[in-house]
Amino acid sequence: MANVTFNESLCKGCGLCVSACPKHIVKLKDDLNSKGYHPAGVENKEECIGCAFCATMCPDCVITVER
Amino acid sequence: MSEKVLMKGNEAMAEAAIMAGCHHYFGYPITPQTEVAAYMSKRMPKVDGGVFLQAESEIAAINMVIGVAATGKRVMTSSSSPGISLKSEGLSYLAGCDLPALVVNVQRGGPGLGGIQPSQSDYFHATRGAGHGDFHMIVLAPASVQEMVDLTFKAFDLGDKYRMPAMLLADGTMGQMMEPVTLDAKNVTKYDKPWALTGTEGKRKPNIVNSLFLKPEELEQFNFERYERYAQVEKNEVMYDEYRMEDAEICIVAFGVAARVSQNAIDEAREKGIKVGMIRPITLWPFPKDVLNKAADKVNSFISVELNMGQMIEDIELATRCKKPVLLCNRVGGMIPTTQNVLDKIDEAVKMGGAK
Amino acid sequence: MTVFEKPNALTDAVLHYCPGCTHGIIHRLVAEAIDELGLTGRTIGVASVGCSVFSYNYFNCDMVQAAHGRAPAVATGVKRSDENNIVFTYQGDGDLAAIGTAETVHSAARGENITVIFVNNAIYGMTGGQMAPTTLPGQVTQTSPYGRDVSKVGYPVKVCELLSNVDGATYLERVAVNNVKNIKAAKAAIKKAFQYQAEGKGFSLIEVLSTCPTNWGMTPLDSMKWLEENMIPYYPLGVYKDKGAQADE
Repeated sequence: MANVTFNESLCKGCGLCVSACPKHIVKLKDDLNSKGYHPAGVENKEECIGCAFCATMCPDCVITVER
Repeated sequence: MSEKVLMKGNEAMAEAAIMAGCHHYFGYPITPQTEVAAYMSKRMPKVDGGVFLQAESEIAAINMVIGVAATGKRVMTSSSSPGISLKSEGLSYLAGCDLPALVVNVQRGGPGLGGIQPSQSDYFHATRGAGHGDFHMIVLAPASVQEMVDLTFKAFDLGDKYRMPAMLLADGTMGQMMEPVTLDAKNVTKYDKPWALTGTEGKRKPNIVNSLFLKPEELEQFNFERYERYAQVEKNEVMYDEYRMEDAEICIVAFGVAARVSQNAIDEAREKGIKVGMIRPITLWPFPKDVLNKAADKVNSFISVELNMGQMIEDIELATRCKKPVLLCNRVGGMIPTTQNVLDKIDEAVKMGGAK
Repeated sequence: MTVFEKPNALTDAVLHYCPGCTHGIIHRLVAEAIDELGLTGRTIGVASVGCSVFSYNYFNCDMVQAAHGRAPAVATGVKRSDENNIVFTYQGDGDLAAIGTAETVHSAARGENITVIFVNNAIYGMTGGQMAPTTLPGQVTQTSPYGRDVSKVGYPVKVCELLSNVDGATYLERVAVNNVKNIKAAKAAIKKAFQYQAEGKGFSLIEVLSTCPTNWGMTPLDSMKWLEENMIPYYPLGVYKDKGAQADE
């Protein structure tokens, strides 16, 4: 059971994590974070396999992955 | 031991630096200071933890100095005028990072590649234009091989005490001449350097040595703080020597080799009954402003004897508020004023009413 | 079990880099390497001039900020002050391959036991996107508005190839951070470079091909694609020298 968490306030909405996810479950949200970016997040957490590809691509250490 | 040994100025200074706890030397060959590098290359491998490194450029050498200085250890480089121009960037960074280090300039004639004979034409560079930005270095001007030694100790102490670069501003003569010197082990004061980069060992927050402050109000504060320290240096660290000034009506101001020539001229003029003396600045920054200003109330004129086109003369005029005329006695391009040059200038001062 | 989190060798400071800038990835890889080798407490980093100038705020170790191009010389001083220090520089292409070429080549020639992280994004980022020594032929920048014309301004400098002829260099590898696979390879290279230093093996330089979405005028994702299609063919990835491995054999 994998768990992925996004520290949304650090996210700059670059989308690199979105493209890295093999399960296509990482998406940029419609609302804005405190920086004014659309932060990334996962909608269907149960589908996460904990591969940490998203976190590997993230330039801002937004993502923590547990397994 | 206080045995006198006969040594070349450059080598005596190098040995003094090692005795003062400077175990890192970085340099690049340039006449007339190459003996320093040659001496260090022989001595440093025999010193515990000693490092001699010939850098690929003057620029690299001064930046290696910055690296060691950032770790809190005593460190030096030496060069001569064209090489010092290249080090100017590093001098500014040393000042901006509040790092102590010793930089020796054994001056030669300029501008450009100039010549290889003695000069004092880097006075302006050392005292007010050593690089970009607002900063000073402590500038010490030796007039003997013994002072090459003593002022080297002093330069390291003052640099550590005030966290700023110090320059030993010698001329080619001081570097090249041989004189008997005493190389006594002195007590080396250890200064606390909590800012030094020694590795956090996980026990403290990281130290950062840096000169970049993009917020103008922050950068302004760092400049203000630095100049408060400079004010303390100006208040506490002025050094000068007086020679036959008791009843002097003409005051010669000279440093380094120019002071030695002037001293001979003073003795000869005194034999003719001319009341002439000398104030010899040992610190060029801080400049002995007060003593000169007080002298201006007593003497009738000043003579600035320099190996340049007239640089220190501006500081004399500023210090004395132009209360009395300041004559210039100078030779340049590697030429040294002769005793006769100085005597002629003394005569000129007498004729304009400089002495009775 | 946590499988991925911010390494301890990074501070909590928020990175100032533009969205999608790969400096953040490379910072993290350096920090992970230092963490995993247990070197943070005796590591001293040298920040250079360029976008990564503020790296002194991000690495959780002692840091000194060097003048433009001078980081390897400053690093030499820090290392020679105490051989026990683990010393790295973090430099961009303008800093390392233009104004600091002499310091780069000679620190390698001396075999200084330091680790150089060379971030090559083919442009001057901090000053707003001018032509860099590594700007590709034909590449449009602020100061090559008609594309880099090699007949007038010459060819890009290939740093790993250049240094591979320098006897003093121990380990040279070019990596990229455009996808997960390459990032993992980049991490391994960076870690090996620090490992070599800890073992006293000498000079390492890891060239990291990276992006500058803002000054390239592309989205972060398109930048990654551009890196793959344009930079990697010109700057082939791989190990250019590894004296350390030979020594182990």
